[in-house]
Amino acid sequence: MSDARGDQAAVPVLELRGITKQFPGVLANDHVDFDLHRGEIHALLGENGAGKSTLMNILYGLYHPDEGAILINGKRVSIDSPRAAIDQGIGMVHQHFMLVPVMTVAENIVLASEPRRGGMLLDYDAAVRRVRDLASGFNFAINPDSKVQSITVGQQQRVEILKALYRGAEILILDEPTAVLTPQEADELFAILQTLRREGMSIIFISHKLREVLEIAERITVLRRGKRIDTVPREGATQDALARLMVGREVLLRVDKTTAEPGEPLLTVEDLSVVDDRGLQAVRGVSFEVGAGEIVGIAGVDGNGQTELIDALTGLRMPESGRVLVGDRELTNANAHKHLDSGMGHIPEDRHRRGLVLDFTLAENLALHDYDKQPFSRFGWLRPGRMVAGARRLLKEFDVRGGGPQTRASALSGGNQQKVVVAREVNRDPRVLIAAQPTRGLDVGAIEFVHRRLVEERDEGRAVLLISLEIDEILSLSDRILVVYEGQIVEEYQPDVTEQQLGIAMTGGTRKDKEAAA
Amino acid sequence: MSTPETPATPPPQAPEQGEPTTWTARYALYQRAGGVITPFLTTLLALIIAGIVVRFTTGESPIDTGRAIVDGSGLPWLVPSSVMDIRDVANTREFWDTEELARNNAQVNLQQTLTIMTTLILTGLAVAFAFRCGLFNIGGQGQFFLGVILAVYVGAEFSGIPRGIHVPLALLCAALAGAVWAGIAGILRATVGAHEVISTIMLNWIAYWVGSYLFSLGGPLQSDRNREVPISNDVQESSRLHVWWPDPDHIAGLHIGFFIAIGALIAFWIILNRTTLGYEVRAVGYNPEAARYGGISVARNYFLAMAISGFFAGLAGAVDILGWQYRYGQIDIQQSDIGFVGIAVALLGRNTSIGIFFSALLFGALLTGSNTRNLALPIEPELAGNMTLIIQGLVVLFVAADLLILYVWRARRKLRIPQRRARPAET
Repeated sequence: MSDARGDQAAVPVLELRGITKQFPGVLANDHVDFDLHRGEIHALLGENGAGKSTLMNILYGLYHPDEGAILINGKRVSIDSPRAAIDQGIGMVHQHFMLVPVMTVAENIVLASEPRRGGMLLDYDAAVRRVRDLASGFNFAINPDSKVQSITVGQQQRVEILKALYRGAEILILDEPTAVLTPQEADELFAILQTLRREGMSIIFISHKLREVLEIAERITVLRRGKRIDTVPREGATQDALARLMVGREVLLRVDKTTAEPGEPLLTVEDLSVVDDRGLQAVRGVSFEVGAGEIVGIAGVDGNGQTELIDALTGLRMPESGRVLVGDRELTNANAHKHLDSGMGHIPEDRHRRGLVLDFTLAENLALHDYDKQPFSRFGWLRPGRMVAGARRLLKEFDVRGGGPQTRASALSGGNQQKVVVAREVNRDPRVLIAAQPTRGLDVGAIEFVHRRLVEERDEGRAVLLISLEIDEILSLSDRILVVYEGQIVEEYQPDVTEQQLGIAMTGGTRKDKEAAA
Repeated sequence: MSTPETPATPPPQAPEQGEPTTWTARYALYQRAGGVITPFLTTLLALIIAGIVVRFTTGESPIDTGRAIVDGSGLPWLVPSSVMDIRDVANTREFWDTEELARNNAQVNLQQTLTIMTTLILTGLAVAFAFRCGLFNIGGQGQFFLGVILAVYVGAEFSGIPRGIHVPLALLCAALAGAVWAGIAGILRATVGAHEVISTIMLNWIAYWVGSYLFSLGGPLQSDRNREVPISNDVQESSRLHVWWPDPDHIAGLHIGFFIAIGALIAFWIILNRTTLGYEVRAVGYNPEAARYGGISVARNYFLAMAISGFFAGLAGAVDILGWQYRYGQIDIQQSDIGFVGIAVALLGRNTSIGIFFSALLFGALLTGSNTRNLALPIEPELAGNMTLIIQGLVVLFVAADLLILYVWRARRKLRIPQRRARPAET
């Protein structure tokens, strides 16, 4: 293992030696070595299921390793609980925040080691004071008196980091920290991490995103199937090289596609308005068309009406006004069943909540739209043999691994589950394919597969509407890009638009410009 | 499902995704893996605890008490050589002078066990079918009463119809009455979202009081012949279910309702696993949101699942009346809890056909075996009866506890999902 930094002589703050962890049926960590120096950001890169989280959970005392040793400042320690980890100066920011929404920032931070008054009562003023000191010491912009539920996700993440610092952390573990952030918030986070690093903190940054790893980390350790593949310095590392280490083969990061030749419009949306569950206007008068053989991408920050738009387009939510047409067939107030029968395919944004019945077998899941039609049933009687046969063919065609037609969907990994959803939707030969966050939570190999498939569908003359929060995905797949902001389409771009321009439009910047000009 | 295919070897599941290290997740995996073992262990554990309780509270031997119940259930009849053996253990050789008498007694007891089992299968199915659609039908008791009322009415008040029409007519009317009663709760759930637990409990009370009125002194269904007791007329000969074991003339023999119940078990399996309706019901039960996305009407399935559940419960009432009770009174309404025992039957049987068959047999045997009439000296009837209640209670408690654990686990999963909406990555 080559060491990128100059201070090799110094004892690493943290060293993991030969960590091995066996779960039933899977070797999650196989003799993994890892070290971390003072004032270093060290990224842990790997696909879903590569063993990143397992390794960190061992370090944080949530799992016990079967073999291996943990050394802090050169001394061997035993970490058998999160409390022990905290005592060793290890702090962890989980992907899902562990905050109490109704409490203030200060209360959340001091929770479990509150400054007390008279032995019993919380000394709230002291808490606020301490949090303010801590925050200003690291240049954090945060108000200790705000309720956690009223601050943004990015700020909540800062609260989590402050919580770790308040407990005396010197080693900070961040588990997929950018997954929840907008590009701008991610930039702010990176600035914070650099500050922390200069102050002498050591940071482990877990991610499966190549670009951000190259941006923030000094060294990158790549895990694949539980094994440490390599540790490389940032200098000289490229996205392609890292992807190869991660996946174990050459990966096409760029999507290969020809210029689109859009035909007649297959999906027409006219002046569509939709209200959300709380009765608030989420989509305000949206109009657009998607032609045959074209991918139209809808870019936007989460929560700008995308979910309601998708629901209204697919018959899962009745629009307030406006029209939806597939071809020349009016589907405005039709239910999901009619949409499906009119040639609409829908890859939903959440495969667990909606895309799959996790307790059904794969064969049953693949028949979810057509269980009541030939060949899967006749006169109301199911034909399980046909379902299984059809499923076997599809699973092969779409390279779904980890189970056969009779396997429950819940037993598959996320990537393979998504392949099942894609297989079902594509196999129905839809005229219009609505792909909502089709690669969410997938790893590089699976993303490549889904992207290639979407382009193929386009090339076969289907109209593809892609709704995604990932700017990269929008840019690399779309033939036309619509930007949605506060329920309205504020801009339309060609795919050669820069990321910065998109980012500004997504946060409403261009609209304000127009208002100013008007 | 049916197609013979060995399930693929357990896929190497990434620990980050399945979290098998948390005890709840482990429990859920274990539940899936040990579908048969868990209910069996549950029962065994309940028996052991009940035995310990008996030992410490009364000093009686739990084994003797247990054997007395087994003996009283008539199950030893199935193993001829065991009948007298058990009598020996209980030291009651004098009670039955000959083996033949003991065997006869065992046979009568077994007939009674199977008669109760018949009803329990049907009330169990009434709970299970709704459960498979994600609904908790607490209303089996009320739906059962509706079945009883219609069976009494059609059976007693219609006369001069040939048996071939009278029996099916009475059965059908009773079953449909149950279906309508449960369907009301289904419609309320499907349209205005009224929770079926609340509405079925309310419907239970309505059925209870309506029944109490109908059979009361001077009530519309009260007997013409004996105006002093709040009890109905006997149902006509032509509406009674054929008694086939040991022979039609026998009082309290086993009637063909037993086969109706077995047929219902098979129908339950076929509907769920071999029809598009069953596919929809299961899809809605597992994940209503995914079902809706798949083009399935969730509301329609809520209604249908409840109605079919009620059909089973109504059938239970009819089979009881036409098979062996022949009449029903106010006191019966007040004392009946067969619909509620059905909840325990369904829960212990994991809402599957085969499971309900065995759990109905178990509860039928417990109820019969602890019936004071069937208990032999020297085990005091109160003791044996209480032990049965203890076992019943523990079984329900354990089953409910593991359901609770599952429920909490699922709820936890559901809670996590909305958070994921904003979080693209999962590792």
